[in-house]
Amino acid sequence: MNVTAVLAWRNLWRHKRRTWLTVGAMVFCNVLLVFLISLQLGSYQMMIENTVSAFTGHIQVQDSDFNDEQKIRQIVPEVIELARQVRASLGVETVAARGIAFALASSEERSFGIQLTGVQPEFERQVSTFPGLISEGRYLDDPQAQEIVIGAILARNLKVTVGDELTFLGSGLDGSFAAGVARIVGIVETGFAEADRAVAEVPLAWFQEVFAMGSAGHSVVVSLPNLEVVDASVVQLRELLAADSQFADAGLAVLDWDALLPGLRQAIQSDMASAWFMYGVLVVLVAFSVLNTQLMSVLERTREFGVMLALGTRPGRLAKLVGLETFVMSCLGLVIGVILGGLLSVYLSYAGFYYPGMEEMAAKFNLPDRMYPEVSVLSLLWGPMIVFAGAMLAAIYPALRLFSLEPVAAMRAVQ
Amino acid sequence: MNLPVTVVATLAWRNLWRNYRRTLIMLITIALGVWSMIFMTALMRGMVDEIVRNGLETLPGEVQIHAPDYRRDPSIVNSMAMPSGALLAALAEPPVIGWSGRVRVPAVISSERDSRGVTLLGVDPVAESNLGSAPDNIIEGRFLEGVDDKGVVIGASLARRLETKLGKRIVIMSQDPENNVADRGARIVGIYKARLPSTEDIFVYSGRSVIQKMLKIEGEVSEIAVTADDYRAVLDWYPAIASAAGPDVEVLPWTELDTYLSTMLRVQDGFALVFMVVIFLALSFGLVNTLVMAVFERVREIGLMQALGMRPGLILAQILLESLYLLFVGLGIGNITAYLSIKSLESGIDISGVAEGMEMMNMSPVLYPALEFSDMLMSTGVVICLGLLASLLPAWKASQLDPVKALAKN
Repeated sequence: MNVTAVLAWRNLWRHKRRTWLTVGAMVFCNVLLVFLISLQLGSYQMMIENTVSAFTGHIQVQDSDFNDEQKIRQIVPEVIELARQVRASLGVETVAARGIAFALASSEERSFGIQLTGVQPEFERQVSTFPGLISEGRYLDDPQAQEIVIGAILARNLKVTVGDELTFLGSGLDGSFAAGVARIVGIVETGFAEADRAVAEVPLAWFQEVFAMGSAGHSVVVSLPNLEVVDASVVQLRELLAADSQFADAGLAVLDWDALLPGLRQAIQSDMASAWFMYGVLVVLVAFSVLNTQLMSVLERTREFGVMLALGTRPGRLAKLVGLETFVMSCLGLVIGVILGGLLSVYLSYAGFYYPGMEEMAAKFNLPDRMYPEVSVLSLLWGPMIVFAGAMLAAIYPALRLFSLEPVAAMRAVQ
Repeated sequence: MNLPVTVVATLAWRNLWRNYRRTLIMLITIALGVWSMIFMTALMRGMVDEIVRNGLETLPGEVQIHAPDYRRDPSIVNSMAMPSGALLAALAEPPVIGWSGRVRVPAVISSERDSRGVTLLGVDPVAESNLGSAPDNIIEGRFLEGVDDKGVVIGASLARRLETKLGKRIVIMSQDPENNVADRGARIVGIYKARLPSTEDIFVYSGRSVIQKMLKIEGEVSEIAVTADDYRAVLDWYPAIASAAGPDVEVLPWTELDTYLSTMLRVQDGFALVFMVVIFLALSFGLVNTLVMAVFERVREIGLMQALGMRPGLILAQILLESLYLLFVGLGIGNITAYLSIKSLESGIDISGVAEGMEMMNMSPVLYPALEFSDMLMSTGVVICLGLLASLLPAWKASQLDPVKALAKN
């Protein structure tokens, strides 16, 4: 082992308490960062997955203006056929065709303007969680039947229950008057007021008949096994559309979840921004702590450094010594911090984390009332690496002071 | 020997500057920590304030009066009479600054091109603007002129979706208490822009008497919204309204009308404290370190003072005073910089880059940091209390030094 390293190691333990306090600051900061970043990444992941899997899906194929304007004439032609092709092309079953139209729904007592969704019952189950959240009755099964499932709040407002009939009035694709009657077969209770107020699903074939849609619909919804494959699938779908003459000129667009729900990513980003402000402050505070320690340790060794310089040690070597001391200290902070922070996060990723009052906030973003941190290399090392870098930066000033040291004056310096 | 307090105080102050570099670094650290505590809390408070304010604007009001079943079933059958007698008198008393009786029912609005489900509001424009819930940005045409105004005012986004514009006719459809379809044609006399585009899609305004006539509920309203313009004080004045309103109607403050908003406010208060404590803990390592070092390099001196008869209590007091000085000066600088930086940002921070995410949280794209005196007090309290606690150990150790051993130390 070289002399500088041995010196650095021994110097560190000349003031045990000071060294441990500085390492302690780093460990504290690192544990906190590992925990918070894992928690954040975990909740973002869940926020996206839950929002996407509720209804929207990871990708939708729509008319290019449909997402903004939602007009009935912005159609996807041959929607069931397109859904079949998408299934074949991506090799997943989780693809469903939908039709969407506005209608006035009337029960015996009440009328409400609602958004009616025509779905393929057998595939809808695979792209949306709503079919699994039936609290009463059953989900749709026959693609032709005049049946409907609606959200619990909508049912309450309409004063209807399973078995009652709802009448729809609206206008069809060709501008004609569209009217239909359907029997309520199920009530969906998601626990999220917005969804419970809005869900109204009918079989696609019947929807197409009532709204004079022919074989057209409004979107093909694709649910994917995870977020990582979304980009590749979007490209694949664009190629699929371009290759088929039937769809190439229909003005269709392939939208990923980010385009479908632009608020979601931005909500995440704004949350990230405020979190990073806090992380930044923590890192700077720790860096100052290191700066203080290293400056002290340099100042109190002025005489000693003077002697070393007089004996012929070059200032660069002394600077390297101070740098090495900081490096060793930072490594200790990093390793201990990552281990403790990792243990905490791993534990909580099984047990879950709870903060009082959190459940109502969480519900707004489709989150469960317990958070589970996501432990990954990224969440473990991201924060601590920045603390490490900050600590090394803080050592620059004390180390630079060594270059201006005059051996004779330094040796005479009062402690 | 009985050293007067002033001497100890002077000693502590001078000791602080014997190693001015260390003291300065520590001061910067404390100041930065305090600044971030106050600044971050002000940002969060500004954010929550904004969320609550926007929420109350669409609610609207801080207190609402409904027929008992209206909130569960927001239909025309759950209407009630306009206020009279004791309630009317109570609504004229301060701190109430505005109230409005509104018809609020679900409806369908159709243009020649398209239809949408909306919430139809039959309002008195004067009362509505006193309440602060009249759309404040009419981009085309005008707002309603009175309760008899037959025109409708719709949002810009809704106009786009309906492919209609100012001066065009639309048809509004709803139902009367007998469950018959009630509809009427009306001209669009104004188009408004709201802070949140989702509001534009939902609310359609028309004159109250006109809507009452259309729905056959003359003299009745769905809700009475009351404001006193200070949402935090609502619990002080709402009981008076509730007792004046009598048992036949439901009177609720916003904290119960919108539990999300009130939870938000509570969580934020808790979070501010957690944040301050966390920042302080990061600080405390440096603070303790500085004091430990200060004691360590003065071991002989402390030994000498003890040998000369200074009591351990005074040594403890001296070290604690040093720490207090550090904390106070740091707090002073931190508070002043926080105050200045927040004042300079008072005109708002533009965060429109993430506007849609903000909308999801019910916020507008400009963030106004809100400096609260209580937050400055809280951060000062946290720093002083925990700071003294953290300094106790090194100070205690210094006071317990054995004079003989300390003097002999190199």
